[in-house]
Amino acid sequence: MSATVTAENKPAPPPVERIKVKVDGREIEVPKTTPDWQGKPQATTMLQACAHAGVDVPHYCYHHKLPVAGNCRMCLVEFGTPVMDPATKKPALNEDGSPKIARSVLPYEPGTPRGAIACATPISPGMELYPGSPATAQMREAVLESLLINHPLDCTICDQAGECKLQEYSVEHGQAASRFVETKVHKPKAVDLGPRIVLDDERCILCTRCIRFTKDIVNDDALGIINRGSYNTIAAAPGRQFDNNYTLNTVDLCPVGALTSKDFRFKMRVWFLKETKSVCPGCATGCNIIIGSRENVIQRLEPRENDAVNGPWMCDSGRLDYKWVGASNRLKEVLVGGKPSTWQTALSEIGSRLVTAAPGSVAIVGSARLSTEELFLLKQLARKFDAITDVVEHLGEADRLLVHAEKAPNYSGARITGLAYTEAGINLPRIRAGIETGSIKSLVVVGEDLVAAGFSSDLLGRLSLLVVSDIVPTPTTSIAHYVLPGCAYAEKRGTFINAKGRVQKFMKAVEPPGTARPEWEFLHELVHQVTGGNGYSTIEGLFNLLARELAPLAGLEWSRLGDTGVTVTL
Amino acid sequence: MSLSIPAPLEAELDELVTRYPQKRSASLMFLHTLQEHFGYVSPEAVEWTAAKLGLAPINVFELVTFYPMFRQEPLGKTHIKVCRTLSCALAGASDLRKHFCEKLGLDAKAHVPQTTPDGNFTVEFVECLAACGSAPVVLVNDTLCEKVDASKADSILAEGKSGGAQLRAAGTLSK
Ligand code: SF4
Ligand code: SF4
Ligand code: FES
Ligand code: FES
Repeated sequence: MSATVTAENKPAPPPVERIKVKVDGREIEVPKTTPDWQGKPQATTMLQACAHAGVDVPHYCYHHKLPVAGNCRMCLVEFGTPVMDPATKKPALNEDGSPKIARSVLPYEPGTPRGAIACATPISPGMELYPGSPATAQMREAVLESLLINHPLDCTICDQAGECKLQEYSVEHGQAASRFVETKVHKPKAVDLGPRIVLDDERCILCTRCIRFTKDIVNDDALGIINRGSYNTIAAAPGRQFDNNYTLNTVDLCPVGALTSKDFRFKMRVWFLKETKSVCPGCATGCNIIIGSRENVIQRLEPRENDAVNGPWMCDSGRLDYKWVGASNRLKEVLVGGKPSTWQTALSEIGSRLVTAAPGSVAIVGSARLSTEELFLLKQLARKFDAITDVVEHLGEADRLLVHAEKAPNYSGARITGLAYTEAGINLPRIRAGIETGSIKSLVVVGEDLVAAGFSSDLLGRLSLLVVSDIVPTPTTSIAHYVLPGCAYAEKRGTFINAKGRVQKFMKAVEPPGTARPEWEFLHELVHQVTGGNGYSTIEGLFNLLARELAPLAGLEWSRLGDTGVTVTL
Repeated sequence: MSLSIPAPLEAELDELVTRYPQKRSASLMFLHTLQEHFGYVSPEAVEWTAAKLGLAPINVFELVTFYPMFRQEPLGKTHIKVCRTLSCALAGASDLRKHFCEKLGLDAKAHVPQTTPDGNFTVEFVECLAACGSAPVVLVNDTLCEKVDASKADSILAEGKSGGAQLRAAGTLSK
């Protein structure tokens, strides 16, 4: 069976007409239209044309996934348009045959160049853009100066320092000395905007990104600009909280240090963070994330843009759900009969006990929190012992934006590998009954607390072999014959397959505690031991192997997954 | 604190909505009407207006904070608006406001409207009252008082203390 990679099977969109413009004297051809924040084709703007030419136009209010507001004026660019000969209605030419260009000027002061806001001004054929001209530089300087008039300039204690657009543009386009001698307007500091957000109104440059995000993306019209003129202030209505499940995206969006995360505020200078590409394990959406860690401790999660999955956003509950990774109660050592032991002892004992088990007397319960590679290895074990398998279902609320009802990242992986059936959890009653009747004597559980899933400790106590791997102690690990400490997603590599069939890889950010090991590593050893077969000792090799064996993934390779994954037909 | 809107007032507001192609266009008229009734626009009035017009409360709150004529707190019984635009400024509006404030024990340096603790007077600066020819001009509740000097100011205060009811009748003040 050949690869069913939908991204490549889609019919190519009709070609977009291209037009020629000049950017700082260099002619380039750009598409006449560009998808807007909702993906609808709109006339390409000056800012987008400059981006095609590799020229970054500084901007604050513009964001490619929000409606255009055009309020900050930071993106002003000087431009010119071809002169038309009124008689011939054809472009007028200079003596050397080149088209005559009229530079934009102030109507009441024809000697003064006039810019246009590049974020909202469409290009037209033959247009010339001058992002590098002295006039453009002067406009930027003026805009920055006015934005900084009432700014407190408290970069030394600001969380945004290091990733602040105001800082960056001030270095490039600002003036060294302030001409402002008047009293600055003081605005509210440390405003408790909602349960997860603190606002410093003095740092705000009123770009309205936060307002547009919560209104147009989340559908929660919670923020606005109150008061007048230089007293303009971002606020929520009196007595109201800015509290939806996406508020922390405004911290990412805020180009300055006005909106800060209560969780991350004053924690760390951002330049100390190591950034690792990963995937949120919070639900079956699988938002792409960046794990920011320092000295083996996760400090924050941020969304990583992927239009096939989460765009540039993620939900607050997913973003804040990382503290369990470094929790002090993590399982740190292998336990055999409740006593500390070694991996070697435990795995060889488990292996030999499984090999002698009667056919059909083994059951395996995995977890949709495991990687596809781990689920695949569990399925190989199951095949060897003719074991009945399943994963535990975790359901919750879904929303209209990102959050999926399945509260684990890899139900698709569980189904594709065959460890679970179309409905996760339907085999669990059969496994329970098998233990009750005594037909199931050995049970391998990876990543789930079966007591919480409705298996009583008494029932599990009847098993002659109970092998449990988890990352924290649970009622199930407490009665297991063998406890194998596993890894959180951030401590290993692998792939998750989201609800829509996006196969995405996640990378290792931090080291696991104690002697805990990635599940795929020890499962691989176990499979190798009981089947005698040769395996792959790298995650790349393992993925490539399973991609060859599982029809929906046929044709895929680890190296082809890239940073943002590949969609397959489930 | 919940807002209790008497039936006739609600009927008046409902009628206002019908005058506009879009419900939200009635926002300002709602706020004026509610302020007229309650004396100010409370957070409850903001919430009520928003719910009534199908808006988020912040949309209404933006209006309330944008327009200086909307009050978020109850005003004094006698409301003294001192014009500070050019003609009045030249004719001593600043001193005039200071005079009012000092007589009433209010902070003349504060820029926001000042209300006496007994709730009897509010003094504030406003922009041009369109009577520039007889600067400095003061609007006391709904009564325009022109060419207000210190002694006229004192009689305005006396009127206010005596209940203010005669202010309207005392048209003489504006002569
Ligand atoms: S708080 Fe930040 S995002 Fe919101 S308007 Fe101000 S600068 Fe823009
Ligand atoms: S929507 Fe799901 S995957 Fe995305 S951030 Fe939230 S919990 Fe994580
Ligand atoms: S980016 Fe703000 S006006 Fe263009
Ligand atoms: S300036 Fe005071 S009334 Fe016009």
